[in-house]
Amino acid sequence: MLYFSKIKITLISIFSLIFILLAISNFINFNDNIFNKKIKLGLDLRGGSYLLLEVDNKPVITQQLQTTVSVLRKFFNDNKINFKNLKILNDKEIFFEVDEIQINDVIKIFEDKNSEINPYYSQYKVHKFNLLNLDNTFKIEFSKYGIIEIKNSSLDQALEIVRRRVNEVGTNEPNILKRGNDRILVELPGLDDPMRIKNLLGKTANLTFRFVTNEVEEAFGSEELFHEDNVQKSIVSKRIILSGDNLIDAQPRMNNDSNQTVVSFTLDRVGAKRFGKATSAGIGKQLAIILDGKIISAPVIRDAIVSGSGQISGNFTFQTATDLALLLRSGTLPAPLTIIEERTVGPGLGQDSINAGIFALIIGFVLVIIFMLIKYRVFGIIANITLILNLFLLVGILTLFEATLTLPGIAGIILTVGMAVDANVLIFERIKEEYKSEKNQIIAFDSGYVKSKTAVLDANITTLIAALILFFMGAGPIKGFSVTLGVGIFTTLFSVYFIARLLTSLYVIKNKYKENLI
Amino acid sequence: MEKKQISFNNFYKLFNLISILLIIISIILLLFKGLNYGVDFKGGTLIELRTENSKITISKVRQSFMKMNLGDISVKQFGKESDYLIKFEKQNSNNPNFINEIKENLTKLLSDEIDFRRVENVGPKVSLELLKSGIIAIALSLTAMLFYIWIRFEWQFSLGAILALFHDIIITLGIFSLFNLEINLSIVAAILTIVGYSMNDTVVIFDRVRENLNKFSDIKIFELTNISINETLSRTIITSVTTLLALVSIYIFGGEILKGFSLAMILGVIFGTYSSIYIANPILVFLKVSQKTILKEDNN
Repeated sequence: MLYFSKIKITLISIFSLIFILLAISNFINFNDNIFNKKIKLGLDLRGGSYLLLEVDNKPVITQQLQTTVSVLRKFFNDNKINFKNLKILNDKEIFFEVDEIQINDVIKIFEDKNSEINPYYSQYKVHKFNLLNLDNTFKIEFSKYGIIEIKNSSLDQALEIVRRRVNEVGTNEPNILKRGNDRILVELPGLDDPMRIKNLLGKTANLTFRFVTNEVEEAFGSEELFHEDNVQKSIVSKRIILSGDNLIDAQPRMNNDSNQTVVSFTLDRVGAKRFGKATSAGIGKQLAIILDGKIISAPVIRDAIVSGSGQISGNFTFQTATDLALLLRSGTLPAPLTIIEERTVGPGLGQDSINAGIFALIIGFVLVIIFMLIKYRVFGIIANITLILNLFLLVGILTLFEATLTLPGIAGIILTVGMAVDANVLIFERIKEEYKSEKNQIIAFDSGYVKSKTAVLDANITTLIAALILFFMGAGPIKGFSVTLGVGIFTTLFSVYFIARLLTSLYVIKNKYKENLI
Repeated sequence: MEKKQISFNNFYKLFNLISILLIIISIILLLFKGLNYGVDFKGGTLIELRTENSKITISKVRQSFMKMNLGDISVKQFGKESDYLIKFEKQNSNNPNFINEIKENLTKLLSDEIDFRRVENVGPKVSLELLKSGIIAIALSLTAMLFYIWIRFEWQFSLGAILALFHDIIITLGIFSLFNLEINLSIVAAILTIVGYSMNDTVVIFDRVRENLNKFSDIKIFELTNISINETLSRTIITSVTTLLALVSIYIFGGEILKGFSLAMILGVIFGTYSSIYIANPILVFLKVSQKTILKEDNN
């Protein structure tokens, strides 16, 4: 175990040198491509906000059921199927009855793989809906994968909208990721007050233009909605003249006449045409502009607006107008989002944590080094050189993979310092024991290394298992701890079996005639 | 230069009794007093704030929060005199201004600028999931260790090691319950690391027991464990000392956030070292492990 070939020595040196340079590159700029990587700081060290959003899919499911009911009604009428009692039950299934003789026709329609009514997902080998048949009554409900498809598609849409909104606000390096099939994770480094983002993400931004009406029984139905002040109410028609989908741009503006902040918008061609038609027919009427079920304003139409652009006025400050314009530009969320977890760390605490972490690392490191020096003298120096190199290797590898360092991650490094000497201690103690029965120094050292091997490996593998489980199960900053702990095991084994053994062998071979080396 | 052997084995019975007693006390504490879960596992809101005004006292901060009707509130000093940690169960994810309203109210009530250094707001669904995944992680790590030792050694060793782990975890949690210390995500990480460390310690002694079982066929396991413990003793002490040095420096200098985490680890290392000697080894004696136990392995 003590012999090292020249090639091996060179390889170990080169390998170590690369990682030392990588580690140092965190503190000095090297201006080239290989060594310009840096460890990222986690939100708990850098300061910033972590938001976990959940998509509420209930409205999406209800809406899909409603659409399916109207599709079914049209389809049955077109295909001369006599149906009765077509309705939605409990917001989750559709019920209907048909004539006895048409039962099989209905079943065939729903089980057809090319069915327009009941799309077939060939990747899951299931239909969107399950059909339950009892005599002449039918119930259809979403299949498991039908629900998954709905969730996936609304999550994808929501993700895109969230991304647009966050990017428009212009925070640096936001991190937006899917979590499961109904969650979105938003990490905003450096942002210590997430209120504005939370406000923007909490709005569905469903914009509609509808007429204010007094007749309660209008053909499309009507509903009573609150104004922004939550006091005033108006009855508006359910007929939607325009929706946010027809908008191609929205900007905050100062209106020179009234000296008010307004949001000006531009419509696409279809929208402009519809808006022109509705406004010319409805001169003198009130047009309500409704955002997420609340009336922002309801101006009286004075002239037909055919230019395809207009203004929304309300009680806006410049900030609220800017945000409304941003929401309108970024589009409507398919379903409301709820913030189910929020963690925000201010920059002051982040810096304090870094300082405390580094200080604890230095103290822990110095204490361990002094202890080893007192305990083992020359071999203490070897163990300490190994420990220092181990630290460089660890930081170097974290740098290479541009890993994220968190506060628990720093704790993981300190713990690695404490536990890394274990392998060397195991070996040194074994050598001492071997030395009692074996007077040849070189043989004693050699068998010390050989015989301690299983203990060293087993001891490190158990810690590695714990680190791995933590990595896969742990959340956020804790993951950072498992990374440093896990990587620390590999660097420890490398530094003990290559660097410390190399140094030991050089020392032992040089001093082989001395007594009691260790 | 033969060192004098310490007769650890003479105290097996005494310390086993003490351990059983500690475990019973811990279980009673866990059952009747329970654990003090932080917002990670209970849901709710945590705010760490700093005031520059020295006239603001903890009772003023507490009173101000009481006025806001946030439900059950805990306020405590956090590290420095000007830093406070406030926890309450209410969390309102539907109102994005929730935190800002609290901040504005507080500024008004204390008539001074308040710096919110940290805000954590965890919904009930997420906290339940975090708790579940924490428990699964610990259970999974114990199972993984059970099988690893079983593969590397024999089932008797595996049982000894796992019981030692249970002992460490339950007593550590018992102490957390006794002193009402907070259990959060980082404590789960600490417990998993304790699992790794305690196992590490046990494995080193077991490795020596196995080697000695091969070497001596005439020494009884009662003696043999003692020999093995003594042979690995200096390593056990040195590693515990260096690990504790590192952990104590985190505990003292690493800031308030790492206090609970490092304390759990310190307890874990102490109990882990103790249990490797006084739980894992007596179980080998109790299960009458002999040379035959390990020779079976070689025949397969």
